[in-house]
Amino acid sequence: MATFTTVGSSIAGISAAVPAVRIDNMEYELLTPSEQQLFVKTTGIRYRHVAGPGQTTGDLCYAAANQLLNKLNWRAEDVDLIIMVSQSPDYFLPATAIILQDRLGMKKSSVALDINLGCSGYVYGLSVISAMMQTGAFKKALLLAGDVSTAATNKKDKSTYPLFGDAGTATALEYNRDYEIAFDLNSDGSGQRAIYIPHGGIRHPIDATTFEEQTLEGGIIRHQRNLWLDGSEVFNFSVREAPTSIQTLLNFTGTSADEIDYLVLHQANKLMDETIRKKLKFPAEKVPYTLHDFGNTSSASIPLTIAHACRDRQALTTKWLLSGFGVGLSWGSAQFTSHQLVLPEILYI
Amino acid sequence: MDSLEIFTEKLLVELDSFPADSLKPDTHYRQLPEWSSMHVLIIIAFCETEYGITVTGEDLRGCSTLRDLHNLLLTRQ
Repeated sequence: MATFTTVGSSIAGISAAVPAVRIDNMEYELLTPSEQQLFVKTTGIRYRHVAGPGQTTGDLCYAAANQLLNKLNWRAEDVDLIIMVSQSPDYFLPATAIILQDRLGMKKSSVALDINLGCSGYVYGLSVISAMMQTGAFKKALLLAGDVSTAATNKKDKSTYPLFGDAGTATALEYNRDYEIAFDLNSDGSGQRAIYIPHGGIRHPIDATTFEEQTLEGGIIRHQRNLWLDGSEVFNFSVREAPTSIQTLLNFTGTSADEIDYLVLHQANKLMDETIRKKLKFPAEKVPYTLHDFGNTSSASIPLTIAHACRDRQALTTKWLLSGFGVGLSWGSAQFTSHQLVLPEILYI
Repeated sequence: MDSLEIFTEKLLVELDSFPADSLKPDTHYRQLPEWSSMHVLIIIAFCETEYGITVTGEDLRGCSTLRDLHNLLLTRQ
């Protein structure tokens, strides 16, 4: 367990962009009408926005970042640091953050790097960027978090295909010694196969067997370049570890749950997130959801939910508690207070 | 831990996609046409929130009926 506080980062705004193409799970032909109803009711996921051919995580994050810079009246050349969190980068190399450093018009003396994490990635990204900002060397920074997860889901896989949507987000941070962010971060690589894509890396390069489809229990069809998800293992992990991490962080900061305005959970699925909420005894009105309209958007789900479902807090002092959990296995929670938070409308591109 | 009857009654509220009376304590639920992998997650969530007891997908693969599941929970309380 790593529980710590960073000093010097104030979150100025969060924006999000999703593909304009929207898929309705009630029209997913591999499920019967009663299965469609059960799926939507249980997961909470009715619609998903899906990237078109050639539309990348970088494209979505670029649009979100560009909008946020405009709304904040920031010039790209004043941003010193850009960090991208994604597990679906535009290229194997170079890092997507460096491509966006150029595309956004940031100066060459800025620092750009990628972080390879998914569901927990936004919380981890905040920890890395705020720790770097604590040095005082960076006055303005962008944290981009996004994924085009649908590139790795198989339409014939009823267990994963209807879960995931695509999104890119941008979070703007300013150096200010009056602000703190507290974190609790954890990892367990023994669960590496609970969520994984078997082929395509150096361990198992793409070969003649990669795209051979396998039929699994329940009529699920996947190949080795698809996302493999062990739903019950991830469920058990999440409802065990996320509440513990959240409670650990609340104890560390000496904050009671009553003082928190919003607990924003990684949007995994409604059943899982509600189980976590009920274990923590958080009131429903403090736990926002965007699953119905966007599905599970991996690393983007927490900032997308803040930008879409928490716009009522823009002008208000707000105590936030965030928690991400999933692929890795990796999980973590963050707590911070915002004052003026710019949350532009979601972009559909 | 609730009795088998109360446990069944409570779980049936969560598993409301099954026709009335199709799911009894000794029904082999996986053989019902309405059964899907989604129900595994619903049962895991129910055991966690209602009784604070963790059951895994592997546990559920070892259970055929709600009576089996109830017996498993009795050993875990």
